[in-house]
Amino acid sequence: MPESDASQPLLRARGVRKVFPGTIALDGVDFSLAAGEVHALLGENGAGKSTLIKCLTGAYRRDGGEILLDGKAIDPKGTVDAQNYGIGTVYQEVNLLANLTVAENLSLGHQPTRFGMISTRRMNAHAREVLSHYGLEIDVTRTLDSYSVAVQQVIAIARAVTLSGKVLILDEPTASLDAQEVEMLFTVIRSLRERGLGIVFISHFLDQIFRICDRLTVLRNGRLVGTETTSAIDRVDLVNMMLGRELEHEVRSHGKIHSGTGGTRLSFSGFGRRGRIEPFNLEIQAGEVVGVAGLLGSGRTETAEVLFGVAAHDSGKATDGDGTALNLASPRDAIAAGFGFCPEDRKTDGVIADLSVRENIALALQARIGWMRRISDREQKAMANDYIRKLDIRTPDAEKPVGLLSGGNQQKVMLARWLVTNPSFLILDEPTRGIDVGAHAEIIRLIEDLCTQGMSLLVISSELDELVAYSHRVIVVRDRHHVAELTGADITTDNMVRAIAAPDREAVA
Amino acid sequence: MSGLGVFFRRIWPQLLTLAVIVGLISVMFPGFFDISIANGRLYGSPIDILNRGAPVALLAIGMTLVIATRGIDLSVGAVMAICGAVSAWGITAGYGLGATLLMALSAGLACGLWNGLLVAVLGIQPIVATLILMVAGRGIAQLITEGAILTFNHEGLIFFGSGSILSVPTPVVIWVLTGALVTLVVRRSALGMLIEAIGVNLRASTLAGVNTRVLLIAVYMASGLCASLAGVIAAADIRGADANNAGLWLELDAILAVVIGGTSLLGGRFSLIASLVGALVIQAVNTGILLSGFPPEFNLIIKAVIILIILVLQSPAMRTLLVFFSRDPRGVAETEKETVTP
Repeated sequence: MPESDASQPLLRARGVRKVFPGTIALDGVDFSLAAGEVHALLGENGAGKSTLIKCLTGAYRRDGGEILLDGKAIDPKGTVDAQNYGIGTVYQEVNLLANLTVAENLSLGHQPTRFGMISTRRMNAHAREVLSHYGLEIDVTRTLDSYSVAVQQVIAIARAVTLSGKVLILDEPTASLDAQEVEMLFTVIRSLRERGLGIVFISHFLDQIFRICDRLTVLRNGRLVGTETTSAIDRVDLVNMMLGRELEHEVRSHGKIHSGTGGTRLSFSGFGRRGRIEPFNLEIQAGEVVGVAGLLGSGRTETAEVLFGVAAHDSGKATDGDGTALNLASPRDAIAAGFGFCPEDRKTDGVIADLSVRENIALALQARIGWMRRISDREQKAMANDYIRKLDIRTPDAEKPVGLLSGGNQQKVMLARWLVTNPSFLILDEPTRGIDVGAHAEIIRLIEDLCTQGMSLLVISSELDELVAYSHRVIVVRDRHHVAELTGADITTDNMVRAIAAPDREAVA
Repeated sequence: MSGLGVFFRRIWPQLLTLAVIVGLISVMFPGFFDISIANGRLYGSPIDILNRGAPVALLAIGMTLVIATRGIDLSVGAVMAICGAVSAWGITAGYGLGATLLMALSAGLACGLWNGLLVAVLGIQPIVATLILMVAGRGIAQLITEGAILTFNHEGLIFFGSGSILSVPTPVVIWVLTGALVTLVVRRSALGMLIEAIGVNLRASTLAGVNTRVLLIAVYMASGLCASLAGVIAAADIRGADANNAGLWLELDAILAVVIGGTSLLGGRFSLIASLVGALVIQAVNTGILLSGFPPEFNLIIKAVIILIILVLQSPAMRTLLVFFSRDPRGVAETEKETVTP
């Protein structure tokens, strides 16, 4: 449903800005939603999708910009306030009360009363009436948890629409639904569109976006990339918008020397774990950087976690350069085999926030040599100061709690933690996410340095131009499969984008 | 800054609290500091505080380690009852002192192993996992004593409750030595840092290769061992094992000692010595109330009020207030940072 500029949008955000300490989460983002359209909001992790939603629904106070509903400026103070304006939200995890009946959930807070008592009969009748519009003929007196997630999802939507009625925001509604349930949800969404609601649809599944959405808006690193009509864009363009490629011509591989001579360091055959990542074969040379490209949820982090034993593999085997089998059932096993792993989510999986920079750097080495032989304070300090200097970690001293450092410096502390263990194989999951431009360049330089020193690296990144810059080989992951392997001159963002977007190859031609 | 300087900066609030309470008692009760030696053993109110405080001090040692991993051990009072019962049963059944002690300590370790397995292997929340033994433990102790108070008259065992070594009451020697030994082991090895890392971020510690499962089990076993020492002392003190009352509610005193000692219930940084001072604070309050001659029915309320005052003085809100008045720019920046996080 293409929107003409003459018609006033239902909901409009102009120049929305939100700043968190150390990061700009939203930088002057515009967004407009017409009545009677389904509008996708897309972007990788940290792009600013959920921050934008939270600003629209008042869950966050925005630091700048304005929000217009029906042309009037609004300033919701919270989700309930937003609901009163007409903006309802349904989250991936249905946040209704599982132990109450369907009817109670639908009218919670607004129960029909008779002489001050809740009238169950009228409440149930009302619930049946509401749900009939959604094609749901269910027993409304049963508890919510006796129904499937899909039905609960529809009930949550029904509640949101009844209470708000203008704008409906669906945050990854299909994440835990099977194909049939998605179909049922889409029927509901289409009928709501016909009733004139404006629907914001957030999902990582590109094919769903193309099936249900009229327009789409892409965010990246807190900035608006663009808004397009879905029918006028193909998959490749969309992936390009999401992952970005404007640097491609500047960051060219500057004579990457594929060592090759170093020989095979590790080889994995039929390696995988059911439900996480399909079995794959992977050989890694000494001094080689293997890049992993793919969209969020495609299996790229899962690849790293299976290799490092975080989620132990249940098929295949791993051997080192001499053909000796490696046991990789846990992180401890992987570390014993000379692996290191900097996870994607530094806060929850990486740094130990309350401990000092010194202790964070010493932790992995200490864990490996055991608790009995403590690395003395003097050695720890020397080690920490050495890496603070080498990696240029900005901290007043080695005793500062690492949680007080900026994201880029925390990432460097994580790198230092592994470098002191002198690993032969280092896995970096999104090493440059959420860090400022200066630190970004330093980390890339560091990756190149490490590989010239003979270390093997596996680097996962959603910044494709970055992968082009340092990878000797790139593996493309889609739908939990390793679908392509690019080497040498074939490593271009175009090729990666094409491999990521493959199912729609006809559309490209 | 020297290690000693850091150490005193960490525990001065606890030391100050103890000094204030002891000071108040000595004002109200001038004879407080009189210490005498009779029958080769020290007597006097300060000695009494050290002696009576032994069970809570021992429990606080294990509890500190458990809390540092972001756990809690509610079962220590019940474990005291079990181990007291085991020691009384062992000695009355004719086993030697060594065998009896070995059985009692093994019982404590076994209890800790049980808790540790529930927490570290089955992933049950510590408060729930240890609640099981807190409830069941007294039942087990009653089975051992067959429902009665199992009395004994073995001099060797009684020595652990009312004997003395170089004039110092045995319980005092035991908790001071245990405290010193555990502090030494934890800080001279890497255990302290690894325990703190687990408490701050279990998942990140596992990913860094820390053997989190084994360490978690180990701290609960250490707590069980400390509880068994406390249980033997409590039984030896009354020359009998009372399955119903031995160690009753002491788990709460132990947790309180750790809290007064400034170790966060959210895990992470811990100080064993501060917890021990916390245990002495609690015992000083108890002794002070007794000495002051208030009617005993007021005791619990007075104790609660005093502890409330201590905790209010140590609360973050009070620190903010102090920082506000002292206008320490660094402190202000830090408190602001805490309120900013979304």
